[in-house]
Amino acid sequence: MATLGNHTAAQGLPMPGKRLDFAADQPLSLDSGLSFGPFSLAYQTYGTLNAERSNAVLICHALTGDHFVAEQHPITGKPGWWTTLVGPGRPIDTERFFVICSNVLGGCLGTTGPGDTNPATGRPYGLGFPVITIGDMVRAQARLIDHLGIDQLFAVVGGSMGAMQVLQWAAAYPERVFAAVPIAGAARHSAQNIAFHEVGRQAIMADPDWRNGDYAAQGVNPSRGLSVARMAAHITYLSEAALHRKFGRNLQDRTAVTYGFDADFQVESYLRHQGSIFVDRFDANSYLYITRAMDYFDLAIQHGGQLANAFRGTRTRFCLVSFTSDWLFPTAESRAVVKALNAAAANVSFVEIESDKGHDAFLLDEPEFFAVMRGFLDGCAEHRGLK
Amino acid sequence: MALLETHHDAAKRIRVDLQLIADMVEPGTRVLDIGCGDGALLDYLVHFKQVDGRGMELSQAGVNACVTHGLSVIQGDADTDLGNYPDDAFDYVILSQTLQATRDPREVIEQMVRVGRAAIVSFPNFGHWAARWHLFWKGRMPETKGMPLKWYNTPNIHFCTIRDFVELCREMGLTIERAISINDRGQAGRVSGLWLANILGEQGMFLLRRR
Repeated sequence: MATLGNHTAAQGLPMPGKRLDFAADQPLSLDSGLSFGPFSLAYQTYGTLNAERSNAVLICHALTGDHFVAEQHPITGKPGWWTTLVGPGRPIDTERFFVICSNVLGGCLGTTGPGDTNPATGRPYGLGFPVITIGDMVRAQARLIDHLGIDQLFAVVGGSMGAMQVLQWAAAYPERVFAAVPIAGAARHSAQNIAFHEVGRQAIMADPDWRNGDYAAQGVNPSRGLSVARMAAHITYLSEAALHRKFGRNLQDRTAVTYGFDADFQVESYLRHQGSIFVDRFDANSYLYITRAMDYFDLAIQHGGQLANAFRGTRTRFCLVSFTSDWLFPTAESRAVVKALNAAAANVSFVEIESDKGHDAFLLDEPEFFAVMRGFLDGCAEHRGLK
Repeated sequence: MALLETHHDAAKRIRVDLQLIADMVEPGTRVLDIGCGDGALLDYLVHFKQVDGRGMELSQAGVNACVTHGLSVIQGDADTDLGNYPDDAFDYVILSQTLQATRDPREVIEQMVRVGRAAIVSFPNFGHWAARWHLFWKGRMPETKGMPLKWYNTPNIHFCTIRDFVELCREMGLTIERAISINDRGQAGRVSGLWLANILGEQGMFLLRRR
């Protein structure tokens, strides 16, 4: 497994997509107080930037997502993770908008992360990589948007951790965001969500092959730990109803239980499969760093404890979306953001979509969600004077 | 864009009472429409009065339909969610045909005139002759064109007459800037003679400001 995930990028093997390099003398100021560089951002674009540079839509990906939004994934060979929403004629229409998505800082698909070589040591960063935040990810993205010569993004759109980035964008760069669409997100990571992340991290760190984060240099990979982390997380992305509908208590390729610890149940087999394919495309240390960034996210704390202060005077048009069966980022979290936006007299829409598919609903075929997204962007385009 | 245009054509022919509300709104202002339903009034105001319009609607289906048509609408309850807005956040706060369904109408009006520089309120008049006739001759709770539901399944829990409403405004120290009664043929008249307006008006419509 050591040749997969970010190691592919680190070894300079060909990866599709674009890449922007920042030299050591153009470092990124991190929330931790450190200055980080050199670093690279891997990104992908779809569609054409118009002459006024006013039709750019930035997509922010979730925890284990990447910048291959609307095309075949180079490692798994599967369709892009948001082809339902982004593409020609889709709600985020690439024939109309110039769509940008970059791999987050700390990631493992091209943007600098813990799996990349630390120029100071000539070895992979491992735990030598600085702890990063959602704010740092967004600051890095802003550097990319500067590079592309775009003053104001028409929209910033993202789900889950992507929604955190959207809110951070709107709070940190209000004049650069015409419309913001945080989907299935929150302005802070809840205690329950931090708890689930900690289980995942402990699973990785308990794997003897983790080697205190130095596994890449030692030629091993904590696949078992990372796989367990993914299995636990995957449960939180679904709903009880979705799990029941999909698997019930059905047995896997057998007619009776085996009185052992093999994967008797389909749900066990499914989770094991999800865990095992995940380790082929994701780096364990990236998982540690990115989950940490989500845990640290608390937009109110950044603004004196008052979430409304994050949005004072904003002219951005917001549309929040939640899903009824999402218990990881429940509707109440979106509603708290709406309340804060109202307190700031901001322009806000908020829809809750009926779905039994849990948190994952934002990635799935949800026609009502698509209609809302299309309608909101149409309305915003009219106000922005976009064709 | 074809969808939006069709929607606008429809919006040009909004219900007569909604048109009367729209006529009270100055162009280019900030408007909050509480209980905006499918967004007909809000859409009209946004596109024909160029207002910065927002909506609040209790039913999620209504909210989703509004947002799908490009309107800025949130799911919310007039009784509980107006407190979130700062003072004078809007030039007009509109409550059309919803006051009678709120739990605490007086508090809702207080919030409206706090959040908005002006409030526009319309409601079915329980003092309308048809309601009086129904109650007097049949001895049953009125079921009229404007109030078609049974007493046990209506969401309307706080009926009032135009006279009741005027009295409440006086108690609250509000300025009634305009008062209109709308008869059952949709014709509007000024509430000059309260006695007659309270009989002939099927709906009352008021533009209020705090003193």
